[in-house]
Amino acid sequence: MRINPRLEQNAVKVVLMVLTATTVGILLFIIVFILRKGVPVLELSFLTRNPVDMGRGGGIFSTIVGTLVLTLVAVLIAAPLGVGTAIFLTEYTWENRVTRIIRFGADCLAGIPSIIFGLFGFILFVTKLRFGWSILSGGLTLAFMILPTIIRTSEEAIKSVPASYRQVSFSLGSTRWQMVARVVLPAALPGIVTGIILSIGRSIGETAAVIFTAGSALHLPTSIFSSSRTMAVHFYILAREGISMSNAYGTAAILVIFILIINLLTYYLMERFIRKYS
Amino acid sequence: MTTAIRVKGFSHFFGSAQTLKGIDLDVLRNEILGVVGPAGSGKSTFLGALNRMNDLVRGSRTEGAIEIDGKNIYDPDVNVAELRRKLGMVFATPVPLPRSIFENVVFGTRLAGSRGRASLVELVQDCLERTTLWEEVKDRLDASALKLSGGQQQRLCIARVLALRPDFILLDEPCSGLDPISTAKIEDSLRRLKEDYTIILVTNNTKQAARVADRTAFFLNGELIEVGPTDKIFTAPDDRRTDDYLRGRFG
Repeated sequence: MRINPRLEQNAVKVVLMVLTATTVGILLFIIVFILRKGVPVLELSFLTRNPVDMGRGGGIFSTIVGTLVLTLVAVLIAAPLGVGTAIFLTEYTWENRVTRIIRFGADCLAGIPSIIFGLFGFILFVTKLRFGWSILSGGLTLAFMILPTIIRTSEEAIKSVPASYRQVSFSLGSTRWQMVARVVLPAALPGIVTGIILSIGRSIGETAAVIFTAGSALHLPTSIFSSSRTMAVHFYILAREGISMSNAYGTAAILVIFILIINLLTYYLMERFIRKYS
Repeated sequence: MTTAIRVKGFSHFFGSAQTLKGIDLDVLRNEILGVVGPAGSGKSTFLGALNRMNDLVRGSRTEGAIEIDGKNIYDPDVNVAELRRKLGMVFATPVPLPRSIFENVVFGTRLAGSRGRASLVELVQDCLERTTLWEEVKDRLDASALKLSGGQQQRLCIARVLALRPDFILLDEPCSGLDPISTAKIEDSLRRLKEDYTIILVTNNTKQAARVADRTAFFLNGELIEVGPTDKIFTAPDDRRTDDYLRGRFG
Protein backbone atom coordinates (compact mmCIF):
# COMPACT_ATOMS: atom_id res chain seq x y z
CA MET A 1 0.00 0.00 0.00
CA ARG A 2 1.19 3.47 -0.85
CA ILE A 3 1.79 5.78 2.09
CA ASN A 4 0.28 9.20 2.22
CA PRO A 5 2.28 11.29 -0.32
CA ARG A 6 2.34 14.23 1.98
CA LEU A 7 3.70 12.14 4.83
CA GLU A 8 6.29 10.65 2.47
CA GLN A 9 7.32 14.11 1.37
CA ASN A 10 7.85 15.24 4.93
CA ALA A 11 9.64 12.05 5.98
CA VAL A 12 12.14 12.36 3.11
CA LYS A 13 12.68 15.98 3.93
CA VAL A 14 13.42 15.19 7.58
CA VAL A 15 15.82 12.36 6.70
CA LEU A 16 17.72 14.57 4.23
CA MET A 17 17.89 17.38 6.77
CA VAL A 18 19.32 15.03 9.40
CA LEU A 19 21.95 13.79 6.94
CA THR A 20 22.92 17.35 6.07
CA ALA A 21 23.00 18.42 9.70
CA THR A 22 25.29 15.48 10.55
CA THR A 23 27.72 16.42 7.77
CA VAL A 24 27.79 20.06 8.73
CA GLY A 25 28.01 19.12 12.41
CA ILE A 26 31.09 16.93 11.90
CA LEU A 27 32.83 19.61 9.84
CA LEU A 28 32.03 22.32 12.35
CA PHE A 29 33.16 20.09 15.22
CA ILE A 30 36.58 19.54 13.63
CA ILE A 31 37.10 23.20 12.81
CA VAL A 32 35.86 24.47 16.18
CA PHE A 33 37.91 21.85 18.02
CA ILE A 34 41.13 22.81 16.28
CA LEU A 35 40.51 26.52 16.53
CA ARG A 36 39.61 26.29 20.25
CA LYS A 37 42.77 24.32 20.99
CA GLY A 38 44.96 26.35 18.69
CA VAL A 39 43.80 29.94 18.79
CA PRO A 40 44.84 30.55 22.45
CA VAL A 41 48.45 29.81 21.41
CA LEU A 42 48.31 32.30 18.58
CA GLU A 43 49.94 35.64 18.99
CA LEU A 44 51.88 37.71 16.52
CA SER A 45 55.25 36.29 17.62
CA PHE A 46 53.99 32.77 16.84
CA LEU A 47 53.76 33.86 13.20
CA THR A 48 56.97 35.89 13.05
CA ARG A 49 59.51 33.87 15.07
CA ASN A 50 61.32 30.73 14.04
CA PRO A 51 60.84 27.56 16.09
CA VAL A 52 63.14 27.19 19.09
CA ASP A 53 64.18 23.95 20.78
CA MET A 54 62.62 21.60 18.18
CA GLY A 55 59.41 23.58 18.26
CA ARG A 56 58.84 23.60 22.02
CA GLY A 57 59.23 27.34 21.96
CA GLY A 58 59.29 30.16 19.49
CA GLY A 59 56.97 30.43 16.52
CA ILE A 60 56.48 28.77 13.16
CA PHE A 61 57.78 31.43 10.78
CA SER A 62 60.21 29.17 8.93
CA THR A 63 57.52 26.53 8.39
CA ILE A 64 55.14 29.13 6.95
CA VAL A 65 57.88 30.20 4.55
CA GLY A 66 58.67 26.54 3.81
CA THR A 67 55.01 25.80 3.05
CA LEU A 68 54.60 28.80 0.77
CA VAL A 69 57.86 28.27 -1.14
CA LEU A 70 57.29 24.56 -1.59
CA THR A 71 53.75 25.14 -2.84
CA LEU A 72 54.93 27.91 -5.13
CA VAL A 73 57.57 25.63 -6.69
CA ALA A 74 55.00 22.87 -7.11
CA VAL A 75 52.46 25.15 -8.79
CA LEU A 76 55.04 26.85 -11.01
CA ILE A 77 56.01 23.42 -12.33
CA ALA A 78 52.60 21.75 -12.43
CA ALA A 79 50.45 24.60 -13.78
CA PRO A 80 52.23 25.07 -17.15
CA LEU A 81 52.59 21.30 -17.60
CA GLY A 82 48.99 20.59 -16.68
CA VAL A 83 47.36 23.43 -18.59
CA GLY A 84 49.58 22.73 -21.60
CA THR A 85 48.58 19.07 -21.57
CA ALA A 86 44.92 20.01 -21.25
CA ILE A 87 45.17 22.40 -24.20
CA PHE A 88 46.85 19.74 -26.30
CA LEU A 89 44.28 17.10 -25.42
CA THR A 90 41.29 19.32 -26.14
CA GLU A 91 42.41 21.61 -28.98
CA TYR A 92 45.29 20.02 -30.83
CA THR A 93 44.33 16.41 -31.26
CA TRP A 94 41.27 14.42 -32.14
CA GLU A 95 39.89 12.07 -29.52
CA ASN A 96 41.71 8.76 -30.09
CA ARG A 97 43.29 5.85 -28.29
CA VAL A 98 46.31 7.88 -27.16
CA THR A 99 44.26 10.71 -25.64
CA ARG A 100 42.08 8.17 -23.88
CA ILE A 101 45.16 6.48 -22.43
CA ILE A 102 46.57 9.83 -21.27
CA ARG A 103 43.25 10.73 -19.65
CA PHE A 104 42.95 7.32 -18.03
CA GLY A 105 46.54 7.62 -16.77
CA ALA A 106 45.81 11.04 -15.29
CA ASP A 107 42.74 9.69 -13.53
CA CYS A 108 44.72 6.78 -12.09
CA LEU A 109 47.51 9.09 -11.02
CA ALA A 110 44.99 11.26 -9.19
CA GLY A 111 43.95 8.30 -7.09
CA ILE A 112 47.42 7.18 -5.99
CA PRO A 113 48.10 7.76 -2.27
CA SER A 114 50.44 10.67 -1.69
CA ILE A 115 52.91 8.56 0.27
CA ILE A 116 53.62 6.60 -2.92
CA PHE A 117 54.47 9.88 -4.62
CA GLY A 118 56.70 10.60 -1.64
CA LEU A 119 58.54 7.32 -2.05
CA PHE A 120 58.88 7.87 -5.79
CA GLY A 121 60.16 11.41 -5.22
CA PHE A 122 62.62 10.17 -2.62
CA ILE A 123 64.05 7.56 -4.94
CA LEU A 124 64.17 9.72 -8.06
CA PHE A 125 64.88 13.28 -6.89
CA VAL A 126 66.50 12.85 -3.47
CA THR A 127 68.79 9.91 -4.23
CA LYS A 128 69.09 9.24 -7.98
CA LEU A 129 69.27 12.88 -9.11
CA ARG A 130 71.06 13.88 -5.88
CA PHE A 131 68.84 16.88 -5.14
CA GLY A 132 68.85 15.72 -1.50
CA TRP A 133 66.03 16.57 0.88
CA SER A 134 65.23 19.92 -0.58
CA ILE A 135 62.54 22.32 -1.67
CA LEU A 136 63.32 21.29 -5.24
CA SER A 137 62.73 17.58 -4.57
CA GLY A 138 59.60 18.32 -2.52
CA GLY A 139 58.27 20.80 -5.07
CA LEU A 140 58.77 18.39 -7.97
CA THR A 141 57.07 15.59 -6.04
CA LEU A 142 54.12 17.78 -5.11
CA ALA A 143 53.96 18.96 -8.71
CA PHE A 144 53.54 15.36 -9.92
CA MET A 145 50.97 14.77 -7.23
CA ILE A 146 48.75 17.71 -8.24
CA LEU A 147 49.38 17.44 -11.98
CA PRO A 148 46.46 15.09 -12.72
CA THR A 149 44.02 17.37 -10.91
CA ILE A 150 45.22 20.39 -12.87
CA ILE A 151 45.03 18.50 -16.16
CA ARG A 152 41.50 17.28 -15.56
CA THR A 153 40.05 20.52 -14.17
CA SER A 154 41.69 22.55 -16.96
CA GLU A 155 40.37 20.11 -19.53
CA GLU A 156 36.83 20.43 -18.19
CA ALA A 157 37.12 24.21 -18.13
CA ILE A 158 38.39 24.30 -21.71
CA LYS A 159 35.72 21.88 -22.90
CA SER A 160 32.99 24.02 -21.39
CA VAL A 161 33.89 26.90 -23.71
CA PRO A 162 31.19 26.86 -26.41
CA ALA A 163 32.26 25.25 -29.70
CA SER A 164 30.68 28.20 -31.50
CA TYR A 165 33.36 30.52 -30.07
CA ARG A 166 36.01 28.39 -31.74
CA GLN A 167 34.09 28.36 -35.00
CA VAL A 168 33.70 32.12 -34.99
CA SER A 169 37.33 32.66 -34.14
CA PHE A 170 38.46 30.41 -36.99
CA SER A 171 36.02 32.00 -39.41
CA LEU A 172 37.50 35.42 -38.63
CA GLY A 173 40.88 34.16 -39.72
CA SER A 174 42.60 33.10 -36.52
CA THR A 175 45.24 30.43 -36.43
CA ARG A 176 44.66 27.62 -33.96
CA TRP A 177 46.97 29.19 -31.40
CA GLN A 178 45.31 32.61 -31.75
CA MET A 179 41.97 30.92 -31.20
CA VAL A 180 43.28 29.19 -28.07
CA ALA A 181 45.05 32.25 -26.67
CA ARG A 182 42.42 34.89 -27.41
CA VAL A 183 39.15 33.07 -27.12
CA VAL A 184 39.39 29.71 -25.36
CA LEU A 185 41.84 30.46 -22.55
CA PRO A 186 40.25 33.74 -21.43
CA ALA A 187 36.86 32.04 -21.31
CA ALA A 188 38.26 28.99 -19.50
CA LEU A 189 40.56 30.91 -17.17
CA PRO A 190 38.28 31.09 -14.12
CA GLY A 191 37.78 27.32 -14.25
CA ILE A 192 41.49 26.70 -14.72
CA VAL A 193 42.34 28.99 -11.81
CA THR A 194 39.82 27.23 -9.63
CA GLY A 195 41.54 23.90 -10.34
CA ILE A 196 44.94 25.37 -9.55
CA ILE A 197 43.70 26.83 -6.27
CA LEU A 198 42.25 23.47 -5.24
CA SER A 199 45.65 21.93 -5.99
CA ILE A 200 47.34 24.58 -3.88
CA GLY A 201 45.08 23.57 -1.02
CA ARG A 202 46.13 19.96 -1.44
CA SER A 203 49.85 20.73 -1.49
CA ILE A 204 49.63 22.98 1.54
CA GLY A 205 48.04 20.21 3.57
CA GLU A 206 50.32 17.43 2.31
CA THR A 207 52.64 15.67 4.78
CA ALA A 208 53.56 12.20 3.57
CA ALA A 209 54.96 13.19 0.19
CA VAL A 210 56.80 16.17 1.68
CA ILE A 211 58.46 14.49 4.64
CA PHE A 212 60.11 11.99 2.26
CA THR A 213 61.39 14.59 -0.16
CA ALA A 214 61.78 18.03 1.44
CA GLY A 215 62.91 16.70 4.81
CA SER A 216 62.08 18.52 8.01
CA ALA A 217 64.81 21.09 8.67
CA LEU A 218 63.62 23.85 10.95
CA HIS A 219 65.79 26.72 9.78
CA LEU A 220 64.73 29.23 7.16
CA PRO A 221 65.43 27.86 3.66
CA THR A 222 68.16 29.75 1.81
CA SER A 223 67.87 28.18 -1.65
CA ILE A 224 65.78 25.62 -3.48
CA PHE A 225 68.37 23.05 -2.41
CA SER A 226 67.67 23.72 1.27
CA SER A 227 65.70 21.18 3.19
CA SER A 228 62.58 22.73 4.65
CA ARG A 229 59.68 21.90 6.91
CA THR A 230 56.10 22.73 6.04
CA MET A 231 53.38 23.57 8.55
CA ALA A 232 51.69 20.23 8.01
CA VAL A 233 54.93 18.33 8.62
CA HIS A 234 55.69 20.52 11.64
CA PHE A 235 52.32 19.67 13.11
CA TYR A 236 52.89 15.99 12.46
CA ILE A 237 56.29 15.96 14.16
CA LEU A 238 55.21 18.09 17.13
CA ALA A 239 52.21 15.89 17.78
CA ARG A 240 53.73 12.53 16.91
CA GLU A 241 56.83 13.00 19.04
CA GLY A 242 54.97 14.73 21.84
CA ILE A 243 57.17 17.80 21.62
CA SER A 244 54.49 20.40 22.23
CA MET A 245 50.81 19.72 21.80
CA SER A 246 49.88 23.36 22.30
CA ASN A 247 52.23 24.49 19.53
CA ALA A 248 50.95 21.64 17.36
CA TYR A 249 47.40 22.93 17.73
CA GLY A 250 48.59 26.46 17.06
CA THR A 251 50.16 25.26 13.79
CA ALA A 252 47.02 23.33 12.94
CA ALA A 253 44.88 26.40 13.51
CA ILE A 254 47.03 28.48 11.14
CA LEU A 255 46.90 25.66 8.59
CA VAL A 256 43.12 25.45 8.82
CA ILE A 257 42.81 29.21 8.47
CA PHE A 258 45.06 29.08 5.38
CA ILE A 259 42.90 26.40 3.81
CA LEU A 260 39.70 28.25 4.70
CA ILE A 261 41.00 31.35 2.98
CA ILE A 262 41.91 29.35 -0.12
CA ASN A 263 38.49 27.70 -0.26
CA LEU A 264 36.70 31.01 0.16
CA LEU A 265 38.77 32.33 -2.72
CA THR A 266 37.80 29.30 -4.79
CA TYR A 267 34.10 29.79 -4.11
CA TYR A 268 34.37 33.44 -4.99
CA LEU A 269 36.02 32.60 -8.31
CA MET A 270 33.58 29.81 -9.11
CA GLU A 271 30.65 32.10 -8.49
CA ARG A 272 32.07 34.72 -10.80
CA PHE A 273 32.78 32.01 -13.35
CA ILE A 274 29.22 30.74 -13.28
CA ARG A 275 27.72 34.23 -13.42
CA LYS A 276 29.84 35.19 -16.38
CA TYR A 277 29.56 32.08 -18.54
CA SER A 278 26.14 30.56 -18.06
CA MET B 1 29.53 40.36 -64.77
CA THR B 2 32.77 38.53 -64.11
CA THR B 3 33.18 35.25 -62.35
CA ALA B 4 34.40 35.57 -58.77
CA ILE B 5 34.37 31.96 -57.66
CA ARG B 6 34.49 28.97 -59.99
CA VAL B 7 33.46 25.65 -58.48
CA LYS B 8 34.62 22.77 -60.67
CA GLY B 9 33.46 19.21 -60.17
CA PHE B 10 33.60 19.67 -56.43
CA SER B 11 32.70 16.80 -54.13
CA HIS B 12 32.82 16.66 -50.37
CA PHE B 13 32.81 13.72 -47.95
CA PHE B 14 32.37 13.38 -44.20
CA GLY B 15 33.95 10.01 -43.57
CA SER B 16 32.21 7.64 -45.97
CA ALA B 17 29.17 9.87 -46.52
CA GLN B 18 29.23 12.02 -49.63
CA THR B 19 27.69 15.39 -48.84
CA LEU B 20 28.39 17.24 -52.09
CA LYS B 21 28.31 15.52 -55.47
CA GLY B 22 30.30 17.02 -58.30
CA ILE B 23 29.16 20.62 -57.97
CA ASP B 24 29.81 22.94 -60.96
CA LEU B 25 28.88 26.52 -60.22
CA ASP B 26 30.10 30.03 -60.98
CA VAL B 27 29.55 32.82 -58.50
CA LEU B 28 29.49 36.24 -60.15
CA ARG B 29 31.10 39.34 -58.74
CA ASN B 30 28.80 41.70 -56.78
CA GLU B 31 25.79 39.44 -56.95
CA ILE B 32 23.74 37.99 -54.15
CA LEU B 33 23.57 34.28 -54.81
CA GLY B 34 20.77 32.64 -52.87
CA VAL B 35 21.23 28.96 -52.01
CA VAL B 36 18.06 27.06 -51.14
CA GLY B 37 17.17 23.44 -50.54
CA PRO B 38 15.70 21.18 -47.87
CA ALA B 39 17.58 20.26 -44.69
CA GLY B 40 20.46 17.91 -45.48
CA SER B 41 20.71 19.05 -49.10
CA GLY B 42 24.31 20.17 -48.64
CA LYS B 43 23.83 23.94 -48.81
CA SER B 44 25.65 24.65 -45.55
CA THR B 45 28.39 22.19 -46.47
CA PHE B 46 28.76 24.04 -49.76
CA LEU B 47 29.22 27.29 -47.86
CA GLY B 48 31.70 25.68 -45.48
CA ALA B 49 33.67 24.38 -48.45
CA LEU B 50 34.15 27.90 -49.81
CA ASN B 51 36.11 29.18 -46.79
CA ARG B 52 37.35 25.75 -45.74
CA MET B 53 35.51 25.76 -42.43
CA ASN B 54 34.68 22.14 -43.23
CA ASP B 55 38.35 21.33 -42.64
CA LEU B 56 37.65 21.64 -38.93
CA VAL B 57 35.27 18.70 -38.95
CA ARG B 58 36.86 15.33 -38.37
CA GLY B 59 36.89 13.10 -41.45
CA SER B 60 36.30 15.91 -43.92
CA ARG B 61 37.65 15.23 -47.44
CA THR B 62 37.24 16.91 -50.82
CA GLU B 63 37.61 16.24 -54.55
CA GLY B 64 37.60 18.69 -57.42
CA ALA B 65 38.49 22.36 -57.20
CA ILE B 66 37.18 25.74 -56.06
CA GLU B 67 38.97 28.58 -57.82
CA ILE B 68 39.16 32.16 -56.65
CA ASP B 69 41.15 34.47 -58.94
CA GLY B 70 42.20 31.38 -60.85
CA LYS B 71 43.74 29.70 -57.82
CA ASN B 72 42.42 26.51 -56.28
CA ILE B 73 41.78 27.25 -52.59
CA TYR B 74 42.49 23.62 -51.75
CA ASP B 75 46.07 23.86 -52.95
CA PRO B 76 48.49 22.97 -50.16
CA ASP B 77 50.23 26.38 -50.20
CA VAL B 78 47.04 28.33 -49.47
CA ASN B 79 47.06 30.30 -46.21
CA VAL B 80 43.75 29.19 -44.73
CA ALA B 81 43.55 31.99 -42.14
CA GLU B 82 43.91 34.58 -44.91
CA LEU B 83 41.39 32.73 -47.07
CA ARG B 84 38.83 32.87 -44.26
CA ARG B 85 39.37 36.60 -43.86
CA LYS B 86 38.70 36.99 -47.57
CA LEU B 87 35.44 35.02 -47.33
CA GLY B 88 33.83 36.32 -44.16
CA MET B 89 31.18 34.08 -42.68
CA VAL B 90 28.01 34.81 -40.72
CA PHE B 91 26.43 31.89 -38.87
CA ALA B 92 22.81 30.96 -38.23
CA THR B 93 23.03 31.74 -34.53
CA PRO B 94 24.68 35.04 -33.76
CA VAL B 95 27.75 34.35 -31.65
CA PRO B 96 29.15 37.52 -30.13
CA LEU B 97 32.38 36.78 -28.30
CA PRO B 98 32.43 37.61 -24.58
CA ARG B 99 33.97 41.05 -24.95
CA SER B 100 32.88 44.59 -25.78
CA ILE B 101 30.99 45.61 -28.92
CA PHE B 102 34.08 47.47 -30.11
CA GLU B 103 36.41 44.52 -29.54
CA ASN B 104 33.99 42.20 -31.32
CA VAL B 105 34.07 44.32 -34.45
CA VAL B 106 37.86 44.54 -34.52
CA PHE B 107 38.49 40.93 -33.50
CA GLY B 108 39.59 39.83 -36.96
CA THR B 109 41.58 43.00 -37.53
CA ARG B 110 43.46 42.39 -34.32
CA LEU B 111 44.21 38.82 -35.37
CA ALA B 112 45.89 40.27 -38.43
CA GLY B 113 48.08 42.41 -36.20
CA SER B 114 46.31 45.73 -35.43
CA ARG B 115 47.01 47.14 -32.00
CA GLY B 116 45.72 50.16 -30.14
CA ARG B 117 42.36 51.76 -30.63
CA ALA B 118 42.65 55.15 -32.31
CA SER B 119 43.34 53.74 -35.76
CA LEU B 120 40.35 51.38 -35.52
CA VAL B 121 37.66 53.84 -34.46
CA GLU B 122 36.81 54.80 -38.03
CA LEU B 123 36.69 51.19 -39.15
CA VAL B 124 34.29 50.32 -36.33
CA GLN B 125 32.00 53.23 -37.14
CA ASP B 126 32.00 52.41 -40.84
CA CYS B 127 31.18 48.73 -40.30
CA LEU B 128 28.46 49.45 -37.77
CA GLU B 129 26.91 52.07 -40.04
CA ARG B 130 26.81 49.66 -42.94
CA THR B 131 24.84 47.22 -40.79
CA THR B 132 22.54 50.02 -39.45
CA LEU B 133 23.71 49.30 -35.92
CA TRP B 134 25.76 52.44 -35.32
CA GLU B 135 22.92 54.67 -34.10
CA GLU B 136 21.79 52.01 -31.65
CA VAL B 137 25.16 51.34 -30.04
CA LYS B 138 27.39 54.36 -30.63
CA ASP B 139 27.14 55.43 -26.97
CA ARG B 140 28.04 52.06 -25.53
CA LEU B 141 30.78 50.60 -27.68
CA ASP B 142 32.53 49.37 -24.55
CA ALA B 143 29.50 47.53 -23.22
CA SER B 144 29.45 43.75 -23.47
CA ALA B 145 28.24 42.47 -26.83
CA LEU B 146 26.36 39.71 -25.00
CA LYS B 147 23.86 42.32 -23.77
CA LEU B 148 22.57 43.14 -27.28
CA SER B 149 19.30 41.71 -28.58
CA GLY B 150 19.36 38.79 -31.01
CA GLY B 151 18.84 40.95 -34.09
CA GLN B 152 21.47 43.43 -32.94
CA GLN B 153 23.89 40.59 -32.26
CA GLN B 154 23.45 39.26 -35.77
CA ARG B 155 24.07 42.69 -37.29
CA LEU B 156 27.13 42.96 -35.04
CA CYS B 157 28.33 39.64 -36.45
CA ILE B 158 27.93 41.00 -39.98
CA ALA B 159 29.81 44.18 -38.98
CA ARG B 160 32.55 41.98 -37.53
CA VAL B 161 32.84 40.25 -40.87
CA LEU B 162 32.88 43.56 -42.78
CA ALA B 163 35.78 44.71 -40.59
CA LEU B 164 37.85 41.94 -42.16
CA ARG B 165 37.61 43.86 -45.45
CA PRO B 166 36.58 40.63 -47.18
CA ASP B 167 35.76 40.13 -50.86
CA PHE B 168 32.90 37.76 -50.10
CA ILE B 169 30.29 37.48 -47.41
CA LEU B 170 28.94 34.00 -46.73
CA LEU B 171 25.72 33.87 -44.74
CA ASP B 172 24.41 30.62 -43.32
CA GLU B 173 20.70 31.10 -42.61
CA PRO B 174 21.44 34.42 -40.91
CA CYS B 175 17.82 35.19 -40.06
CA SER B 176 16.62 31.79 -38.91
CA GLY B 177 16.23 32.90 -35.30
CA LEU B 178 15.12 36.47 -35.88
CA ASP B 179 11.85 38.36 -35.89
CA PRO B 180 10.51 39.90 -39.16
CA ILE B 181 11.72 43.42 -38.34
CA SER B 182 15.28 42.30 -37.59
CA THR B 183 15.15 40.16 -40.72
CA ALA B 184 14.07 43.15 -42.81
CA LYS B 185 16.94 45.22 -41.42
CA ILE B 186 19.45 42.55 -42.33
CA GLU B 187 18.02 42.09 -45.83
CA ASP B 188 18.23 45.84 -46.23
CA SER B 189 21.89 45.81 -45.27
CA LEU B 190 22.57 42.98 -47.71
CA ARG B 191 21.07 44.87 -50.67
CA ARG B 192 23.35 47.79 -49.93
CA LEU B 193 26.38 45.63 -49.27
CA LYS B 194 26.34 43.98 -52.68
CA GLU B 195 27.70 47.21 -54.16
CA ASP B 196 31.03 46.30 -52.62
CA TYR B 197 30.84 42.60 -51.91
CA THR B 198 29.88 39.33 -53.45
CA ILE B 199 27.33 37.68 -51.20
CA ILE B 200 26.30 34.05 -50.90
CA LEU B 201 23.17 33.60 -48.84
CA VAL B 202 22.14 30.14 -47.69
CA THR B 203 18.57 30.21 -46.51
CA ASN B 204 15.79 27.90 -45.43
CA ASN B 205 13.35 30.65 -46.18
CA THR B 206 12.70 30.53 -49.92
CA LYS B 207 10.82 33.83 -49.76
CA GLN B 208 13.98 35.44 -48.46
CA ALA B 209 15.87 34.22 -51.51
CA ALA B 210 13.09 35.59 -53.71
CA ARG B 211 13.35 38.95 -51.99
CA VAL B 212 17.09 39.55 -52.04
CA ALA B 213 18.93 37.11 -54.32
CA ASP B 214 19.94 38.04 -57.88
CA ARG B 215 20.41 34.40 -58.76
CA THR B 216 19.29 31.35 -56.87
CA ALA B 217 20.80 27.87 -56.68
CA PHE B 218 18.72 24.87 -55.68
CA PHE B 219 20.46 22.01 -53.88
CA LEU B 220 19.00 18.57 -53.25
CA ASN B 221 20.75 15.57 -51.67
CA GLY B 222 24.18 17.05 -52.22
CA GLU B 223 23.55 17.86 -55.87
CA LEU B 224 23.14 21.22 -57.51
CA ILE B 225 19.84 20.77 -59.35
CA GLU B 226 19.84 24.12 -61.07
CA VAL B 227 21.00 27.69 -60.80
CA GLY B 228 19.72 30.78 -62.58
CA PRO B 229 18.20 34.25 -62.20
CA THR B 230 15.91 34.28 -59.18
CA ASP B 231 12.84 35.28 -61.25
CA LYS B 232 13.31 32.36 -63.54
CA ILE B 233 13.94 29.83 -60.77
CA PHE B 234 10.82 30.92 -58.95
CA THR B 235 8.52 31.20 -61.99
CA ALA B 236 9.79 28.85 -64.66
CA PRO B 237 12.45 26.47 -63.36
CA ASP B 238 13.90 23.88 -65.74
CA ASP B 239 13.70 21.04 -63.27
CA ARG B 240 10.45 19.73 -61.83
CA ARG B 241 12.04 19.13 -58.42
CA THR B 242 12.91 22.83 -58.11
CA ASP B 243 9.31 23.73 -58.80
CA ASP B 244 8.03 21.16 -56.32
CA TYR B 245 10.31 22.41 -53.57
CA LEU B 246 9.63 26.09 -54.11
CA ARG B 247 5.89 25.48 -54.20
CA GLY B 248 6.17 23.60 -50.91
CA ARG B 249 5.30 20.14 -52.24
CA PHE B 250 8.20 18.77 -50.14
CA GLY B 251 10.71 20.35 -47.79
